[in-house]
Amino acid sequence: MTHDTDILIVGGGLNGPALALALAQGGLRVTVVDARPAPARADAGFDGRAYALAIASRRLLAMVGVWPLVADQAEPILQIKASDGLAGQGPAPFFLTFDAAEIEEGPMGFLLEDRHLYSAFLQRMQQTPGLTLLSGENVIAQDTDAGGISVTLASGRKLTCRLLVGCDGRGSGTAQRAGIRRVGWGYGQTALVTAIRHERDHAGVAHQFFMPEGPLAILPLKGGHHSSIVWSEDSASAERIQNLPDDQYLAALRPRFGDFLGEISLAGDRFTYPLSLSLAERFIAPRVALVGDAAHGVHPIAGQGLNLGLRDVGALAQVVIEAARRGEDFGSQTTLEQYQRWRRFDATTLALGMDSVNRLFSNDNPLLRAGRDLGLGIVNAMPGLRRRFIRQAAGLQGDLPRLLAGKPI
Amino acid sequence: MTLTSTVDPAEVAKFEAMAAEWWDPNGKFKPLHMLNPCRLDYITRQIAAEFDRDLTQPLPFKGLRLLDIGCGGGLLSEPMARLGADVVGADAAARNIPVAMVHAEQSGLRIDYRHTTAEDLAAAGERFDVVLNMEVVEHVADPLAYLTACQNLLKNNGLMICSTLNRNPKSFVMAIIGAEYVMRWLPKGTHEWQKFITPDELYDLIRRAGLEPVDKKGMVFNPVSWSWSLSARDLSCNYVTASVKRNGH
Repeated sequence: MTHDTDILIVGGGLNGPALALALAQGGLRVTVVDARPAPARADAGFDGRAYALAIASRRLLAMVGVWPLVADQAEPILQIKASDGLAGQGPAPFFLTFDAAEIEEGPMGFLLEDRHLYSAFLQRMQQTPGLTLLSGENVIAQDTDAGGISVTLASGRKLTCRLLVGCDGRGSGTAQRAGIRRVGWGYGQTALVTAIRHERDHAGVAHQFFMPEGPLAILPLKGGHHSSIVWSEDSASAERIQNLPDDQYLAALRPRFGDFLGEISLAGDRFTYPLSLSLAERFIAPRVALVGDAAHGVHPIAGQGLNLGLRDVGALAQVVIEAARRGEDFGSQTTLEQYQRWRRFDATTLALGMDSVNRLFSNDNPLLRAGRDLGLGIVNAMPGLRRRFIRQAAGLQGDLPRLLAGKPI
Repeated sequence: MTLTSTVDPAEVAKFEAMAAEWWDPNGKFKPLHMLNPCRLDYITRQIAAEFDRDLTQPLPFKGLRLLDIGCGGGLLSEPMARLGADVVGADAAARNIPVAMVHAEQSGLRIDYRHTTAEDLAAAGERFDVVLNMEVVEHVADPLAYLTACQNLLKNNGLMICSTLNRNPKSFVMAIIGAEYVMRWLPKGTHEWQKFITPDELYDLIRRAGLEPVDKKGMVFNPVSWSWSLSARDLSCNYVTASVKRNGH
């Protein structure tokens, strides 16, 4: 039996296209099924949504040919400052500073707007032989047999392949149809996301203020006078704030944001994202693999969601391409188990780690607050421990897939 | 003509069940499945180097005629066919042949499986670019006669890959006590330790059979990563060799 395509990827967000490019460059035939019509995000205007890309993620983007298209739009993160703050009181005395000069790899990461990243992916996909993008299509059924898996689309079209990959987010239909259950919980928190214009230059510094209501991240965008903010509040307050007119929204933000960047104004659309953790009980099923949020939807604190997803992409692409070059059936259980062994521990520990960081910091208990300040001060005073935090944030810790080390498969 | 068109359907169902057993990575042949990626790494790289093929290209082994001796359920034959080789899979056990055929059909691969031996194929004048001779030599009665048959099966400049088990106290503990008694990876009595061959003895036998040994590597099990890898230094237990036929007879 010959298959219509080697690998079918469900989901055209960011992980799906990244995996498709890596596999197609490895000589495999790939089809991406994306629910949205093609140009939906391709030429969008500035809306403030941005990603904090770790160094390892930037390397993968370079390896799949996307980085050269976006390098000019990316803002290097030269420093990350984390502090424990109370609204109206300014930052606590103990500040935690991570500086790019402490690791040899250069900047700790890059801030890149969604609109630039997605259109770069789209452009590369269109130029890559062996890669087909089916836009405005949905998968409604999947059926595994001994030699492959057959997928039915909403349009009635059927496609057979050897491996089906779900990059379809935390509500992954691919996982549901494969009988993979999920565990997870909400935090009763919602992230308010927007872009801010500020008077003073941010100098490439990212800030993370841990407030009782939830963390506020300020991430430097290209040009020096714009930053993207991820502002977490309990869900009821978030809803109230989101419904405020722009001037009152800003008035609520000012005491949290502080005045260290001078006068601030709104510069982008306002979005909200409810925060929750969602882990798949398994990352694989017969001829099925899950990648990114479909496998592990994490709290978006510290921007690790996309970075974690791109690690999955690097690991799965490597395991599959190496199996294909050995002549093995790359959709087999043996190959998929290699992927799961490689990624599951990392993804789960990071998800649970971020969960506990958030729980520790989203609390106004004075004892905890004193402990936190002390903890941050201690980490700050210990260069070795601090370097480990920096390397973790930059995505340089752990057993790196080749693409994330900047090497071809 | 396919197997399913010539054999009674009840028989085919039985073969399918046996094929599923051969190909179950956690089943009876688990040790072979665990070893397979490591063996394939060695085989594919040696073939690519000897015949100047690029493994990053599709069907890199196109045009090569390859024999897999002791093919079993086709764990090596199928990958070789997938890489484009023209594969003959031979097994002295008749029951393996329909099982391997059923699975190849499920995988959409064309492989010529035959119930025969290296000696009979050589006598019939069959010739190959590559002969895979994996974990067989320690089971045969007369290794020199067997390797001579392998030599006869090769075209001039052909390549033989031969793996086996070293004979020393460590391999006795690992392969017999460890694999057969402690881990129960293999049925008791699978191996007779006296028939294991040291790398020096194997090189000597290969030379006497008329081939030139060109490479040898150890295959080492790592209990932390729970996988096998190739080693240039440690040939103390499982090892694999490459030999070529120069100025053939």
